[in-house]
Amino acid sequence: MNSIQTAIALLTLVHKEIKRFTRIWPQTLLPPSITMTMYFIIFGNLIGPRIGEMDGFSYMDFIVPGLIMMAVITNSYSNVASSFFSNKFQRSIEEMMVSPMPNWVILAGFVFGGMARGLGVGLIVTIVSLFFTRISVAHPFLTVAVVVLTAALFSIGGFINALLGKKFDDISIVPTFILTPLTYLGGVFYSISLLPSFWQGVSMLNPILYMVNVFRYGFLGVSDIPVGWALAAIVTFIVVLFAIALWMLESGKGIRS
Amino acid sequence: MAEPALSIRGLTKVYGNGFHALKGIDLDVEQGDFFAMLGPNGAGKSTTLGIVCSLVQKSAGKVSIFGIDIDRDFAKAKYHMGVVPQEFNFNQFEQVIDIVLAQAGYFGMSRREALPRAERLLRDLGLWDKRNGNARMLSGGMKRRLMIARALMHRPKLLILDEPTAGVDIELRRSMWEYMRRINREEGTTIILTTHYLEEAESLCRNVAIINHGEIIRNTSVRGLLAELDTETFLLDLAHPVSDVPAIDGFEVRQVDAAQLAVAVHRGQRLNDVFTALSERDIQVVSMRNRANRLEEMFVTMVEQGNEEKAEAERGESRS
Repeated sequence: MNSIQTAIALLTLVHKEIKRFTRIWPQTLLPPSITMTMYFIIFGNLIGPRIGEMDGFSYMDFIVPGLIMMAVITNSYSNVASSFFSNKFQRSIEEMMVSPMPNWVILAGFVFGGMARGLGVGLIVTIVSLFFTRISVAHPFLTVAVVVLTAALFSIGGFINALLGKKFDDISIVPTFILTPLTYLGGVFYSISLLPSFWQGVSMLNPILYMVNVFRYGFLGVSDIPVGWALAAIVTFIVVLFAIALWMLESGKGIRS
Repeated sequence: MAEPALSIRGLTKVYGNGFHALKGIDLDVEQGDFFAMLGPNGAGKSTTLGIVCSLVQKSAGKVSIFGIDIDRDFAKAKYHMGVVPQEFNFNQFEQVIDIVLAQAGYFGMSRREALPRAERLLRDLGLWDKRNGNARMLSGGMKRRLMIARALMHRPKLLILDEPTAGVDIELRRSMWEYMRRINREEGTTIILTTHYLEEAESLCRNVAIINHGEIIRNTSVRGLLAELDTETFLLDLAHPVSDVPAIDGFEVRQVDAAQLAVAVHRGQRLNDVFTALSERDIQVVSMRNRANRLEEMFVTMVEQGNEEKAEAERGESRS
């Protein structure tokens, strides 16, 4: 394929992916918006004032970046996991396999689709948060960079999950038993400085902690961990997981007999 | 001389469970041909086509499409191929028009180029009125036609059809045959089809390969194959039931039921002799027809022969 044909193929796949999740918006866009609104009301409005300040900010201001990031992570991941697995299940993945589209275009198409949903939901949550607090962004470029990279990372993760999955249960195990606990323990609702030193050390092993903290740093200018180190870790994870996903596609794992 | 549309050498496939699906097959399909691959279920037809279309990974062997080795440049080879698989393999929740346009996009066709092409194909295949409907709302025959339209979007020179008319009613099947004949004749598209309807292969195809147990047991022209047919079986409907099977010299006669006989007629024998012998016994025939289509008869004989040889070989192995 020449570069124009490759671009057309990629845009076709991205367009198809975006059309998919917008067509079923009551399943994809509405639920996270309602859930996050509940978090803002219960934790931010009702419980927050009793908690007081966290790292020098009101509790509502503290949790907003974490909740946006949580929505981005879960939606990026689940979009690609369910869409790609559904393509596998219905065998419509064969439409792509018989075409001359390079494997990296297939991977990138699904990843961009997942990022579109993750970032779209993130934007919705951000808009909802404006009803509860005033948002100021200390480092706009860093904020955008972190949220985009995180969406990419978890989209790739969802892709690998779908490639390995053999039944629909397999694509809900990781979000339910790994992603959600790590997100809750990733400093969305608290600063790890509140934890005893042992649990602070344990928390440092949680990759989501770095993403939430860097994103919060972008908004508030405060972070529990070094920002540069966290950014490097995210980029490294993206490169490694993309390479693994591409290798799996090239070798036909989960899609070719 | 033009490169074959499809050339296969020593193609072997061993699945993870140890099943030897293909045992080193060789096959050439010339450009412009209408070619049938026949074989019982599990013979290796779909595995062969799956490897050609990159849905199945080969264990060994070479495959070239219009001279392009798929191990060297599969992407280039794929431009020349359109694939209609056995199972429905599109997203049932998408609109018909989106399915065909997306396929064009995957082949790098711009939307401006793809839209008129989609309209023409969907009109030709009687799906234009359904273009904005969900694919799951289509009937089985329409879904098959949708897969044909999708496969033709990028103007392939080789169309691979894996049981394209399975589950399609007779009227629709014949209209699909006509369409396939047209694109083969007018556009020069090489067509390879697998089918269980041997009437389909006899009616459409010029050349045929018969696969059994992962090996090609015959690869010849349909006409040549039919010329080899030694025996045809005729069913004779009788005016009145008979209690015994009439013995006719030189013919094998079987009673199907009280008022129907099956008579095997070998090459060189005359049906007139059968009618004379029956008239002498005061047995009147009111109608007559072939037991099955001719290719089917030959196919069944070959496959049964192959199965017997395999069973014999296995018995020999277990004895040694």
